[in-house]
Amino acid sequence: MESSAISVAVGASAAKRGGYVGAFYGSTVGKKVVMAVTGVILVLFVIGHMIGNLQIYLGAESLNHYAELLRELGHGGLIWVVRGGLLAAVVLHIWSATALTLGSWAARPIGYRRRQQWQESTYASRTMRWGGPILFLFIVYHLLHLTTGTVHGDFVVGDVYHNVIAGFSIWWVSAIYIVAQFALGLHLYHGVWSMLQTLGLSHASYNRLRMGFAIFVTFIVVAGNISIPLAVLTGAVS
Amino acid sequence: MNITLHVWRQKDAKSKGRFVKYEADDISPDMSFLEMLDVVNERLVLEGEEPIAVDHDCREGICGTCGVVINGRAHGPRERTTVCQLHMRSFRDGDAIWIEPWRAKAFPVIKDLIVDRGALDRIIAAGGFISAPTGSASDANAIPVPKENADLAMDAAACIGCGACVAACRNASAMLFTSAKVAQLGLLPQGQPERYIRVKKMVAQMDLESFGNCTNHGDCEAVCPKAVSVDNIARLNRDFIKSTLIADRRVAVGVEGAG
Ligand code: HEM
Ligand code: FES
Repeated sequence: MESSAISVAVGASAAKRGGYVGAFYGSTVGKKVVMAVTGVILVLFVIGHMIGNLQIYLGAESLNHYAELLRELGHGGLIWVVRGGLLAAVVLHIWSATALTLGSWAARPIGYRRRQQWQESTYASRTMRWGGPILFLFIVYHLLHLTTGTVHGDFVVGDVYHNVIAGFSIWWVSAIYIVAQFALGLHLYHGVWSMLQTLGLSHASYNRLRMGFAIFVTFIVVAGNISIPLAVLTGAVS
Repeated sequence: MNITLHVWRQKDAKSKGRFVKYEADDISPDMSFLEMLDVVNERLVLEGEEPIAVDHDCREGICGTCGVVINGRAHGPRERTTVCQLHMRSFRDGDAIWIEPWRAKAFPVIKDLIVDRGALDRIIAAGGFISAPTGSASDANAIPVPKENADLAMDAAACIGCGACVAACRNASAMLFTSAKVAQLGLLPQGQPERYIRVKKMVAQMDLESFGNCTNHGDCEAVCPKAVSVDNIARLNRDFIKSTLIADRRVAVGVEGAG
């Protein structure tokens, strides 16, 4: 190892080169913070989306009216603002995840012969890098299915209620949605806790509650969403 | 007891290593793990073979020099226990034991089970200290410290820098180590003047040393012989975020010998 002076990009020297934003995002913590903040945006979205979806239980009129409302708010502009924001969040989330993952893989060129024994890590934490891409594929499928109708055999523009019932009546379509929700559940279970940690939200007075909070958010989102294909398959809504 | 060892042997940093099998017979369960290796090494020397190189110093669990991965677990099967404090009674007669060095790009193998942990020293050198004019020691209670902070700082300061956190981390991240060194000072009044520049310097150095990136698995805390808490990682993250958003001191730093 040579003994050479290396100047670290912090403070003024970094500000001159990449600027503060560059120094922040250039670091491992900065990228994690970007993942966490975009994660919060996505979590808030899936919670809101789930609550919106539950309106299927109020009948065709309610759901279709709600969908129309979303499309027309702000003279039809608001939905594009939200879509743009979500797209940016997904892109930044995946970009940071990829950069961090590649760095971590490079950090251990020779692995252990004896498989590592995991003590604290969970199935959820170890599958974040698989669950993420699975969620991405699901999001693409979901958009082509219920937003554009491209892969939907019986799509009626504007009749959201019909599209959901007709779509979920096919058992394997429901199966895809249900499996995807389990993948989402795993990602959220570790992600929500991880995000609190990344943002530095840790204090003796509420640390005991953090895992419970992650389980609560996960359970609400997964149970709410899964209930819909189950309700269609069992004929509870039709 | 009789034990079969599979030990990573590597002549030097440049050579390729491999596992070599040794039968360690007549081992007393009262021996420490290092004493068991001493016995094996003595026999190897008598047979004219090269003894197994393994790092150790204090042998009482406080210096952080020892550390190997035993059957896939850093520092072996016992919680809160360094290799030097581990005893053969933690194993069973006839066990096969795999011994490997810490694996991380930032910890190159020097020989057999010994790795270069200079990267950790350079993280400290980047800012893990307070700049204070020395002189006669000041009065112990001149600066009031809340008891709770003193305890938390002490818990973080229990880190002996062994590197087990890096070895156990799926990402080979040094976040637990670095966060302990950031938090032990950040929790005390003496650490405040340099608090926000310190975290930037130390994180920057950690990144330079090609450690991986933390994803909050928590295996680091589980293998830590001093049970340093991952709460310190949240403290580091918090200070780092604050240092970017609100701290306005600007400095350029240089650290010797980063590679
Ligand atoms: C679209 C494809 C996605 C990919 C490729 C992806 C990938 C990842 C990866 C690799 C991590 C880091 C793992 C860790 O910290 O242990 C992560 C964290 C996270 N993800 Fe995703 N994810 C995706 C979608 C989502 C979605 C849809 C949500 C929200 C519903 C979400 C919420 C989160 C949260 C909250 C975190 C924790 C951030 C942190 O550790 O600070 N992700 N994701
Ligand atoms: S030899 Fe000092 S801690 Fe093990």
